[in-house]
Amino acid sequence: MSEKHVIPVGTYVGIFTALIALTGLTVWVAFHDFGSMNTVIAVGIACIKALLVALFFMHLKYSARILWLYAGTAIAFFILLITITLSDYRSREWFPTPKAWSQPTATAPGASH
Amino acid sequence: MSSASQANEHVAHHFESAEQQRQSAQLGMWAFLVTEVMFFSGLFAAYIIYRSLYPEAWTVGSHMLSIGLGGFNTIILLCSSLTMALAVHAAQTDKRGASARWIILTIVLGLAFLGVKMVEYSAKIEHHLVPGAHFHLDPAQELANLQAAGVQVGDHLRHAMETVNTAHVQLFFSLYFAITGLHALHMIIGIGVMIWLLKTTIEGRYSSAYINPVEVSGLYWHFVDIVWIFLFPLLYLVGRH
Amino acid sequence: MSEASTNATATAAPKSYLDDGSTIRSWLLTIDHKRIAILYLISITIFFALGAFAAAAFRLELLTPQGDFLSAETYNKFFTMHGIVMIFFFLLPSIPAVMGNFLIPIMIGAKDMAFPRLNLLSWYVFMAGAGLAISAIIAGGVDTGWTFYTPYSSMYANSHVILAVTGAFIAGFSSIMTGLNIIVTVQKMRAPGLTWFRLPLFVWSMYATSLVVLLGTPVVAISLAMIFVERFLGFGIFDPALGGDPVLFQHIFWFYSHPAVYIMILPSMGVISEVIACFSRRRVYGYTFVAFSSLAIAVIGFFVWGHHMFVSGQSAYAGVIFSFLTFFVAIPTAIKIINWIMTMHKGSISFDAPMLYAFGFLGLFLVGGLTGLFLSTMATDVHLHDTYFVVSHFHYVMVGGGVMGFFAALHYWWPKMMGRMYPEGWAKFAAIVIFIGFNLTFLPQFQMGYHGMPRRYHAYAPEFQIMHVMSTAGASVMGAGYLTMFSYLIWSLFKGKKASANPWDSRGLEWETACPPPTHNFLETPVVTQDAYSFDLPSVTCVLEKKDKPEEHRV
Repeated sequence: MSEKHVIPVGTYVGIFTALIALTGLTVWVAFHDFGSMNTVIAVGIACIKALLVALFFMHLKYSARILWLYAGTAIAFFILLITITLSDYRSREWFPTPKAWSQPTATAPGASH
Repeated sequence: MSSASQANEHVAHHFESAEQQRQSAQLGMWAFLVTEVMFFSGLFAAYIIYRSLYPEAWTVGSHMLSIGLGGFNTIILLCSSLTMALAVHAAQTDKRGASARWIILTIVLGLAFLGVKMVEYSAKIEHHLVPGAHFHLDPAQELANLQAAGVQVGDHLRHAMETVNTAHVQLFFSLYFAITGLHALHMIIGIGVMIWLLKTTIEGRYSSAYINPVEVSGLYWHFVDIVWIFLFPLLYLVGRH
Repeated sequence: MSEASTNATATAAPKSYLDDGSTIRSWLLTIDHKRIAILYLISITIFFALGAFAAAAFRLELLTPQGDFLSAETYNKFFTMHGIVMIFFFLLPSIPAVMGNFLIPIMIGAKDMAFPRLNLLSWYVFMAGAGLAISAIIAGGVDTGWTFYTPYSSMYANSHVILAVTGAFIAGFSSIMTGLNIIVTVQKMRAPGLTWFRLPLFVWSMYATSLVVLLGTPVVAISLAMIFVERFLGFGIFDPALGGDPVLFQHIFWFYSHPAVYIMILPSMGVISEVIACFSRRRVYGYTFVAFSSLAIAVIGFFVWGHHMFVSGQSAYAGVIFSFLTFFVAIPTAIKIINWIMTMHKGSISFDAPMLYAFGFLGLFLVGGLTGLFLSTMATDVHLHDTYFVVSHFHYVMVGGGVMGFFAALHYWWPKMMGRMYPEGWAKFAAIVIFIGFNLTFLPQFQMGYHGMPRRYHAYAPEFQIMHVMSTAGASVMGAGYLTMFSYLIWSLFKGKKASANPWDSRGLEWETACPPPTHNFLETPVVTQDAYSFDLPSVTCVLEKKDKPEEHRV
């Protein structure tokens, strides 16, 4: 038969304990201010938890490379959609607004000439 | 010989070997999970863009959610992931009874999650936090309520409560209901799968030679758990400091 | 294998998949990938006719500058119907679900797709989605355009948006099921000896297509679901009054819907590789480049969606980036075109109908691709956006590329699918008529688009009438071509010459089994020792005829 990797129960329980601990940690850090790092820390902890679930509960650590490739593709395209869309919103204000638009009353054609 | 023929009876006509069938099932489920990630990505994109545009609305909206219930649900789902992993483990090691019991426990935990979710939803309906014509939120009143309840209100929250545009909080709740609703839908489908898995396990369809359905159902269940792992901090824990 | 199959081998050649059961039940509950392909073929033919009917109606309206045949509202509903039906229910499933389903297991020497029941389910899901979309049409139509732009679709449209959106949403899942099946089948079910670089290029392009389906379709599904939530439940997600942004819908929608163009064109490119190689009697020039350019198109296709949004209020900086990235799609596409031309160079070309369609593809797709450069340049797009120039451009890509490729495939593999030859003379005639009709329809549209004729209007300025009349005349010619093709193909089902196993003297694995193939494709799993383009070697005789001497097989 195939090499089905049987992970010992102890590992599952260990991972579970780590997940619960990380849940506690994410709540704890939420009540402390780390400035601009707040969201980064929250998402970072979530990523570690997701990685633990994927690697051990979903057996990715012991799976074929092709499954790694597919999992990685999903993450890459998820990030692609979000970053490119966000880049549009972040850069909308970069163009300087012409003065005539920002002060419509003062520079309206009829008023200035 | 007997174990080989036992393995063969599970191999569908179009596969050459049990191993080929197993690898196909695994790749199929992972490829499906890729589509699931992308399915949620549209909502996450909307979440991130609106959050970056209206951070104060996200702070206020997040404070309207209960960390207690959300955290409790997180624990429930993590437990269910453990029981699912143990169900697969039991199936791998030919312990059919144990596998069935772990699956039952997974179903119970899944139902508990949905129960808590219903409590949360009904509270939101009661407090007129469902987007639409009946949406109502008075930030000043909420601030007073928090202070009356003895909660320490930091500058960050106070500022958010004072400056927030309640229309933007509606956006938060639209996305809250859309994302958690979609997640709950996945839970319901997952529980359906688990019930089928329980039935087939009791019928004795799986042995260490053939556990593909148990394995791939497990993958799906863990994926739904992973989605919630992200939803919990992104919805319940925004701007709590 | 088992005793039963050895017995069958010894007595007689097994029944073809077409003869293996003739009840309706044996078709509707089949899990044979070939029968599912035929189910798809029948369904998409019906939808093609429906979409063409809508096109005929609004082309008639456009004969005169005034709105006299259709009212403005009806006109909107007809072009929406044309778009939704042609894209979601004809083009997207055309080659993947018909040709991919039928050919991929045979091309890789497998007995069936990896998940046969999922395959059948995909057809039912497709029909359910189509049923909803058609019911939207019967209930009174949808007038949003196939793009369902918010906030019109979510807040203002008074037509049956929910039904149509749900239909497209459900059809998306059928697409995902087929794509998933193709990926797992190609990845895990290849016959012994069939390495990645011996695969026919059609399989490569279908794999790339399926990746796009897997990564893109769920995103459009969620964008449609958001419209559903906003319209049906009243949750404002794109509602500007709540601070929502309708342009966000466009981002999420085009994240799929731009790559969707590659779902329509990549399979055609695969077909063209097969057809050109076979009818030039030459190995495809630069095989690995053609193979990897499919993957490159699939990946780069996901980086360029913002070029649909240059005038939508998207940031100009994002627009510049999207414009820049869009040009990169031209590189793998040009690699393919050049390699096809190099394949034909010094080849012994024969002008059978599939090859004529392949020529049609080359010419029309080239025009479609090159006019795409005008539209991906931001400055010219501001002028050309939402004019007939765009309409003409994407018809050159989708019809000139996608549909021509589908017709090439249909003719090339028709003997394999049906066991009968189509009448060659009529087929050549129809191919030429369609080519002429197509150009007559859409060349004038470039011209009037450039002069400012906006798309989606039922009335227009009188100076455009001559062009519109030419366009409608061309559409009629094209319609006559389609009808000719439909007639002789139906005729050939009953009266066509019986096809031999390998009528084109091709080298692919699919030509080594009978025409039409038996239910399990091959009696025994073939062992592959050469690629699909070994025209320098003699063709391997049909496996079924060689059953008594398996050791000679494919040596």
